[in-house]
Amino acid sequence: MSGKPTDTPVTTTVTLSAPRRGEPVRPDIDPAKARARIHDAEVALLDDRRLLNGEELAALAALPDSYVTSLAALAHQVRLTWCGPEVEVEGILSAKTGGCPEDCHFCSQSSRFDTPVKATPFLDADEVLRAAEETKAAGASEFCIVLAIRGPDERTMQRILELVPLVQDKTGLNVAVSAGLLTDEQARRFAEGGVHRYNHNLETSRSFFPNVVTTHSWEERQDTCRLVRDHGMELCCGALIGMGESDEQRIELLTQLQELDPTEVPLNFLNPRPGTPLGAERPLDAWEAIRWIALFRLGLPGVILRYAGGREVTLRELQSMGMTSGINALIVGNYLTTLGRSVEEDLQMLTDLRMPVGALTGVL
Amino acid sequence: MTEEGHDATALSEGPHCTGCGSTSCPGCNRTLDPPRFCATCSRRLTVTVTPGGWRARCRDHGELASN
Repeated sequence: MSGKPTDTPVTTTVTLSAPRRGEPVRPDIDPAKARARIHDAEVALLDDRRLLNGEELAALAALPDSYVTSLAALAHQVRLTWCGPEVEVEGILSAKTGGCPEDCHFCSQSSRFDTPVKATPFLDADEVLRAAEETKAAGASEFCIVLAIRGPDERTMQRILELVPLVQDKTGLNVAVSAGLLTDEQARRFAEGGVHRYNHNLETSRSFFPNVVTTHSWEERQDTCRLVRDHGMELCCGALIGMGESDEQRIELLTQLQELDPTEVPLNFLNPRPGTPLGAERPLDAWEAIRWIALFRLGLPGVILRYAGGREVTLRELQSMGMTSGINALIVGNYLTTLGRSVEEDLQMLTDLRMPVGALTGVL
Repeated sequence: MTEEGHDATALSEGPHCTGCGSTSCPGCNRTLDPPRFCATCSRRLTVTVTPGGWRARCRDHGELASN
């Protein structure tokens, strides 16, 4: 073999995979225009301290992949400016699993689909307390009791109202509840019973919702969200992205969330579950997930934006990047029916990022 | 051994996949899923997932826990 350098430069062709179904092709744009869009958003959010409208968010969502890091950097500054450096840590527990009469196409707990998840009755108080203590041991300030139901019947109401003060007293954690659709009376009783935050997700935009849920309407969810706020509880209203919705529909959801003005938005990424109608979908691409974390922060600058289900399978090695793209809260440990990565890994990530753990309730 | 005296390994070591219950599956149970089917009898397990672990129970073959 000769040591003489070759005259012909070696070139390597890398073929990137085509955008998946439903994923937009974002053409290159004039760099000056792209920078101007990001600059305008920065002025609006950091100087004028106003919300971006749907048109402004759509312009940012249309930027090519090479601008995702710029969106993420701005989102991180927005998060620090509007919310501060603290990260809120929460544990969740499925206190009543499976057997749900609703047909949410992403959910393995629906009784309408043949999934591996077997229905189990309401856990007893000791089991719920043990789970809350596990959450407390992880350094969390928040514990959410979740039930797979359409809405609570009277017996369920009473059990929840017994559990909430019990968990609060024994652990000192703030207790949130997720028990489906509520009536006005039920919302009032939860508020009076010490439920400080109630979770009820919109999941997706009004226009896409009928594609993934047919047993209740988007408007019913919106009504429950409004009742939660009307009765003085903090509203936790999340999104699930990666179900086949378009960019426009994600922007639509963002503007609908702006209107509801929740305290917290848990951001879920579809983790396709065997046996569900969405079981054969592919998880969202990691880079696309980073783009949408940033856009959620830019659209909802003051919310607690929480990493929720699906982050491990979607983001893999990019989970810490999400923390510097707008996220300021985590569900740690396991989810409702699936497992998360270890609490230690998440806490180490926060240490490495120099992000202090703290409660965000009432400070935003 | 479980409380009832069953060998807990029966839930995790047997001819059936703990992810789908099939005998022909090479193992579809993903890292971030608890077992859902008994490896010995393929019965669907009663699973409780908590923030710090999980517990899976087969009516005939006892209980297995993450820790």
